Amino acid sequence: MSKEPILRADNLSLTFGQKKVLDQISLDIQPRQIITLIGPNGCGKSTLTKVLLGLVRPDSGKIIRSRQLRIGYMPQNLPLDQRMPLNVDEFLRLTRRSTRAAVDHWLERLNITSLKDQSVHDLSGGEWQRVLLARALLVEPELLVLDEPVQGVDVQGQLELYQLIPQLRDELGCAVLMISHDLHLVMSATDEVICLNGHVCCSGHPETVSADPAYLELFGRRLDDGIAYYTHHHDHEHCDHDHSSAHTSTGHHHD
Amino acid sequence: MIDGLQTWWLMPLVAGLLLAVSAGPLGSFVVWRRMAFFGDTLAHGALLGITFGVLTDLDPTLALVVGSASLALILLPLQLASRLSADTLLGIVSHGTLAIGLVALSLADGIRVDLMGYLFGDLLAINEGHVYWLLGSTAITLTLVLCFWNSLLAVTVSPELARIEGRPVMLLDLMLILLLAMTVALAMKVVGILLISALLIMPPAAAHALSKGPRQMAAIASVVGIVSVLLGMWASFRWDTPAGPSIVVTAMLLFVVSLTFRRKR
Repeated sequence: MSKEPILRADNLSLTFGQKKVLDQISLDIQPRQIITLIGPNGCGKSTLTKVLLGLVRPDSGKIIRSRQLRIGYMPQNLPLDQRMPLNVDEFLRLTRRSTRAAVDHWLERLNITSLKDQSVHDLSGGEWQRVLLARALLVEPELLVLDEPVQGVDVQGQLELYQLIPQLRDELGCAVLMISHDLHLVMSATDEVICLNGHVCCSGHPETVSADPAYLELFGRRLDDGIAYYTHHHDHEHCDHDHSSAHTSTGHHHD
Repeated sequence: MIDGLQTWWLMPLVAGLLLAVSAGPLGSFVVWRRMAFFGDTLAHGALLGITFGVLTDLDPTLALVVGSASLALILLPLQLASRLSADTLLGIVSHGTLAIGLVALSLADGIRVDLMGYLFGDLLAINEGHVYWLLGSTAITLTLVLCFWNSLLAVTVSPELARIEGRPVMLLDLMLILLLAMTVALAMKVVGILLISALLIMPPAAAHALSKGPRQMAAIASVVGIVSVLLGMWASFRWDTPAGPSIVVTAMLLFVVSLTFRRKR
């Protein structure tokens, strides 16, 4: 089963000022594998992603990629300048080597064909995330990198998206690297979890990691927070099912 | 007599129109990338080029272009490496080079340079040679911007995604600022150092309200620029006002008019 990895990180270290952000991190990404990077805020998830994408140079260590590796990247957020009038279709056509047919295909596949002519400035967080995913898929990636959206996407929307990931992996035959702060959101979709806190705390199968002492130490208390967060986070705008009776007792206190 | 009349306003008019055409798309990128101050800095630095040209007897237009382009080449890596924020760095370089240029010009003994002409523009003094320069630069600008439109737009929308997708981000950035440097240097005679940014920013700002896409915005910006030049020069002849500032005032009025369009939509 051990094939040649499409991407291998070897002993990556990076220091910002006094702070050691990445400490001797090594990892392999195999073809068709779904890996999740998980860790608390500020653990270096996003920085490691940027290093793996080749956007930030590590102080030491190296990254070996298979030749001409095509990477599709869905960023956490992509703030766009309001002064550029741009609709979803035009935004997607900016993808390098994208074709009309491919854009239409992915709009259809992700159920966002109706957004095609809408301005990118008028989209909700969840819609924008799907557009960004479409852009990443248009690259025909061999490695799909999905950064966790920082804002404006409700947990329901995230869950739906994560359910889509294994299907997309099968359709494209690509490997997937996901970044998340909540293992439970991504657990069912993922083959391997790497728990990060500057260094690699533990890694392995999601079931194994969720029982690992190092993981529990980092996330033990967060687990409850995560669930509480979930019940509160139904967003009025995106919720299309009725859950008023179930939730009136816990209350919609947000905002 | 009519012949004489034609020749003296024809060259300035052609120069203004050529500039307006290339300032449309270039100015749109300046607006999208928030590079207005960068354009200003290039203009100020070009004054150093004039000094250099005076001292070395180089063709003044060539000296302008070289001055502005070399400043652009120095600024690009400086902005990446510097710990200062971009606007602080630009502020230092911009006003530093302007001051050095002014000091050096005053030291260049026995040579009279029409400083006011460079600061505020001297459209009516434009000659055929200058128009050829503008013709060349407009042709180059339009050709490159049209050929690399998608790449330039992709890099502007997200340099990060463009880089991951394998676009040559550095080269595209370089191309854009060199085109900008060339246009800014040649615009100096038309509107002057102090008003160059206006010519880059006002037409796209006015076009924004009327356009549905980036391509349209760049094209409408060119049209707004052309109208500004025509009306501005007409006003300048009619009321004997300085040509450069008259063009800028017209562009500003067009921008104000465009605001009412925005409200209607």
